[in-house]
Amino acid sequence: MTSNGLLQIGAYFLVILALTKPMGIFLARLFQGERTFLHPVLRPLERLIYRLAGVRQDVEQRWTEYAASLLSFSFFSFLSVYAIERLQALLPLNPAGMSAPAPDLAFNTAVSFTTNTNWQAYAGETTMSYLVQMAALTVQNFASAAVGVAVAVALIRGFSRQQSDTVGNFWADLTRGAVYLFLPLSLAAALWFCSQGVIQNLSGYIKATTLEGRTQVIAQGPVASQEAIKMIGTNGGGFFNANSAHPFENPTPLTNFVQMVAIFLIPAGLTHAFGRMTGDSRQGWALFAAMSVLFLAGVLVVYGAEQSGNPNLARLGAGGGNMEGKEVRFGVAATALFATITTAASCGAVIGMHDSFTPLGGLVTLFNMQTGEVIFGGAGAGLYGMLLFAILAVFIAGLMVGRTPEYLGKKIEAKEVKMAMLALIATSAAILLFTAVSAVIPAGTGTVNNSGPHGFAEILYAYSSGAANNGSAFAGLSANTPWYNLTIAIAMLLGRFLIIIPMLAVAGSLAGKKRLAVTSGTLPTHGPLFIGLLVGTVIVAGALTFFPALSLSPVVEHFLLLEGRLY
Amino acid sequence: MEALLPHKLARSRPLADREILHRALRASLLKLNPATLANNPVIFTVEVGAAVTSILLVRDVWAGSADTAFNLQIALWLWFTVLFANFAEAMAEARGKAQADTLRRTKSDTTAKRLSPGGGIENVSASQLHAGDVVICAAGDLIPGDGEVVEGVATVDESVITGESAPVIRESGGDRSAVTGGTRVLSDQIRIRITSNPGATFLDRMIALVEGAERRKTPNEIALNILIAGLTLIFLLAVVTLQPFSQYAGAVPSVAVLVSLLVCLIPTTIGGLLSAIGIAGMDRVMQHNVLAMSGKAVEAAGDVNTLLLDKTGTITIGNRQAVEFLPLAGVTARELAEAAQLASLADETPEGRSVVVLAKEKYELRGRGLAQYEARFIPFSAYTRMSGADLNGCSLRKGASDAITQFVKEQGGHVPEELKEIAGRIARQGGTPLAVANGQRALGVIHLKDVVKGGMKDRLAQLRRMGIQTVMITGDNPLTAAAIAAEAGVDRFLAQASPADKLNYIRNEQAEGRLVAMTGDGTNDAPALAQADVGLAMNTGTMAAKEAGNMVDLDSNPTKLIEVVAIGKQLLITRGALTTFSIANDVAKYFAIIPAMFMTAYPALGALNVMGLHNSRSAVLAAVIFNALIIVALVPLALRGVKYRAGSADDLLRRNLLVYGLGGLIAPFPGIWLIDRLIHSLGLA
Repeated sequence: MTSNGLLQIGAYFLVILALTKPMGIFLARLFQGERTFLHPVLRPLERLIYRLAGVRQDVEQRWTEYAASLLSFSFFSFLSVYAIERLQALLPLNPAGMSAPAPDLAFNTAVSFTTNTNWQAYAGETTMSYLVQMAALTVQNFASAAVGVAVAVALIRGFSRQQSDTVGNFWADLTRGAVYLFLPLSLAAALWFCSQGVIQNLSGYIKATTLEGRTQVIAQGPVASQEAIKMIGTNGGGFFNANSAHPFENPTPLTNFVQMVAIFLIPAGLTHAFGRMTGDSRQGWALFAAMSVLFLAGVLVVYGAEQSGNPNLARLGAGGGNMEGKEVRFGVAATALFATITTAASCGAVIGMHDSFTPLGGLVTLFNMQTGEVIFGGAGAGLYGMLLFAILAVFIAGLMVGRTPEYLGKKIEAKEVKMAMLALIATSAAILLFTAVSAVIPAGTGTVNNSGPHGFAEILYAYSSGAANNGSAFAGLSANTPWYNLTIAIAMLLGRFLIIIPMLAVAGSLAGKKRLAVTSGTLPTHGPLFIGLLVGTVIVAGALTFFPALSLSPVVEHFLLLEGRLY
Repeated sequence: MEALLPHKLARSRPLADREILHRALRASLLKLNPATLANNPVIFTVEVGAAVTSILLVRDVWAGSADTAFNLQIALWLWFTVLFANFAEAMAEARGKAQADTLRRTKSDTTAKRLSPGGGIENVSASQLHAGDVVICAAGDLIPGDGEVVEGVATVDESVITGESAPVIRESGGDRSAVTGGTRVLSDQIRIRITSNPGATFLDRMIALVEGAERRKTPNEIALNILIAGLTLIFLLAVVTLQPFSQYAGAVPSVAVLVSLLVCLIPTTIGGLLSAIGIAGMDRVMQHNVLAMSGKAVEAAGDVNTLLLDKTGTITIGNRQAVEFLPLAGVTARELAEAAQLASLADETPEGRSVVVLAKEKYELRGRGLAQYEARFIPFSAYTRMSGADLNGCSLRKGASDAITQFVKEQGGHVPEELKEIAGRIARQGGTPLAVANGQRALGVIHLKDVVKGGMKDRLAQLRRMGIQTVMITGDNPLTAAAIAAEAGVDRFLAQASPADKLNYIRNEQAEGRLVAMTGDGTNDAPALAQADVGLAMNTGTMAAKEAGNMVDLDSNPTKLIEVVAIGKQLLITRGALTTFSIANDVAKYFAIIPAMFMTAYPALGALNVMGLHNSRSAVLAAVIFNALIIVALVPLALRGVKYRAGSADDLLRRNLLVYGLGGLIAPFPGIWLIDRLIHSLGLA
């Protein structure tokens, strides 16, 4: 590890730390229905949306109504994306004259973007027209991120309210998130990206003659507008196949740094909003601290592994960091940092090939996703995922202090435990079962490009990425087949809605409970002990579930690498 | 810090005797019935695994497979795992059943003398008595059922229920009218109105409770069951998918090895011990002579934030005692003491006796019989508000200072201002002043004081550390209450409290999110007992109070509420600690089994064999054996409960995480290593 590399990582973390509080204050005000500095400008737009959609923003919903609204919205979103994709050839803004994607790919992509996963079984520049990219995919980048934040806010209300039947209004939460949060942030970021060289146009692809005299097609498009929300909404679906490694998406180290900050901005801010809205900001900082510990540990492992590179090459005199699959513009440290951020938050944008990482580096990216995207995690999804683990940690530890476990004064009882376990089982099942089937049927093994444990890791990564709604690819697996398109789509649906619905049920159950008084007999959930416990719970839950699978992929690959065998 | 629970309990039995062991061993075999085991998803999973391995074993034997010896051992140990878990539960139940049998023996069918509507007496079997019947019990009779004394007074031997051999007085009216079926009248004759129907008497309920027949899972137990069932499902997924994963890797482990991994991973420790912990917790309450109506009540006791403690009998030793003689100017203390003693000689109240005792102790004044004087005893009356004696021409009186002042004036004497001052000073200190006069001469004041029970201050301080606030309930005025509260170290007090005040106080506390526990005995306590989250009724109390509360203290010792709280906490801690331990154990088992599983496909994974286990078979076997033995090893802990020391939540968590979390992580490594050595040296694998 170099001091330059560590400095990049340290600087990045300090920026996130500095932004957490202001972002949290803004989010708390926004979702508590208070006025923010953006209201004079954006309030008319919000009202217009309510009027057009017939939403009565003050009508409170029970958790079941909230969930029903959310599901119907997501279903409608899915249908619209699928329709636009399938009608691509008939619709305008298609200068490259691309035909409609196949039904299985269109289905996969529609699910992918409505679940905030942005798994891409296609290459953007050769598959999707400008209209699809803008009207279908980018719109969903906003909508799906706003849905995630809405769920987080409803869950926070579950903790902050008492003896209440309701958890808020989904349509109002959705609109507020989109209008006051994602829209202005994305607009500002997009404009700044343009100034840095990210392209934004609707022109046709440019045919250029290279120095060698060959012709090269250079893809164009409205990139900046999609790039901004891709990061801020932790979506990660690139305009181009190369994602943020493409110079038109991410031209400079500075844009790279800002893109990384944009990924964690809202998830980090939500931890503080959680503390503020529940009336004890220390609780929010505790979650932030737990996430930070897991994140920094991950970064250091990835960076350490990548920087020390491949020992077999070192023996041949070609030592140094592992640069395979990395952009020379960004180098080892930034790529390691980016890879950890993008898999910790369920973003999935990439600036390097995770497939080409050292086994240990790849192990961290896999593990980040398998722990359920709770290390800051997706917009909203990270917070409600981490609260799921907090509930489990409090339940076990709470018993050990001799009381019925309680978190923020709310008793954690059978209903909460049941819902948390349901969510945990759903994601584990989606990853493990699909990987298992794919590992033994020809439709699964047929499109794996590498042999041995590395090939297995490619399958495992695909379903982990899908179920965790991450969307990054390990690569090495040709996933655009009916089998993978269909099963990864199902994994994405399970990983999204079988967490959202149980968490909303928890919100409803908690909101109805009384808030108990805090005494010295109450388990404190803001100190270092609890932070350690929460970190431990996340690691142990992930490790116990995935240890066998991981030991057959990156773990054994690591030991084989040391023996000189490569895959 | 001292342990809150006394080390040796009043009626504690040894953990196991021959009879209990015998019963438990038989029951653990009966519990192998899958229909029974299906209630316990974790152990049921083990049983299914054991069955599958056994069936495959038959195939091995048929085919003469080289794996037969290994698979046989695995199958055996899996069955042992199930049996050990069954044994834990059976042990807990057997202890209860043994106790129930003792109780049942006393429930021999008695004949009751029932008053017929015509007024005659008919002999009927006790089992035919219904609520509303009136029976007559004379000395020597067994009381045929629960009821209230409606006429007469008698001494009753309640040792069957309480274990206390001293007889108690039961009389009609008031708060000592309740009698319990199965107890025996020792003297006199009483009429009893039966209040319970056959099969629903106190004794029946007690038998059902100790036997565990009425046992329902408590809320926390249900939640914990969901957690461990969920974990079982997750591990089932992890192990079932390992088969295709290893197929991809090119080496499929045998079914026996996969089942072994599954059984090692699922939380068998807590799964096997969970119900034993619950039963044993109830049993511990029982051993403190407290009858909890449900496990839920015991659990709620652990959650309590506020304890309402009656001053009299709980915090103080029941009655005020004389602590000091304060003479007026010109009177010697000895003179005052002598007059006070003479005035109190015939006073049989505890206060009166304490005056005699104090005079004897301080001035060596020997108590004299009134007979040697020509004495006339003046009893206390609500009208005069004083008592005393007339002897040798002296009129000795003691009483409230204004009553004495009036008496002296009537006798033509004069009372100095000093008397009023002294009385006022005592009242301000929370004591009760008792003025003494001899005819027209006022002598001084006796200081009567509530005496706080020994050790009470320490116990209240422990409660405070546990985050529980104590509230003293008293009928005294606020001044007196404040002084005693300060002396005993209670957090708050409720002075001049009426039953309605108590009820309101509880409601307010609950509205602020606190759980409240209280004790009570009178009928007017019933609403508050019912409203409180934990209501501990005294056995000497009325039926109404006993029915309103969710626990009955057979010793009628209100201080026991504190022990009940500690037991509730201990119960929850034991569950949490063993769950943590169970999960933490998994890490070592992975390190034992995973490298063993893939020794042929990926020898490189041998790097994970950190324990250096001999070979793949001995490694798997060692993990399975460790997993089975740890259940047996922890049975005593489950039955006794983990050690509970009063302390803040933070202290408790840190300690328990260290012992059961870190301990659970580390302990299996040497354990499995040792078993592996043994297996190897015995040539078993």
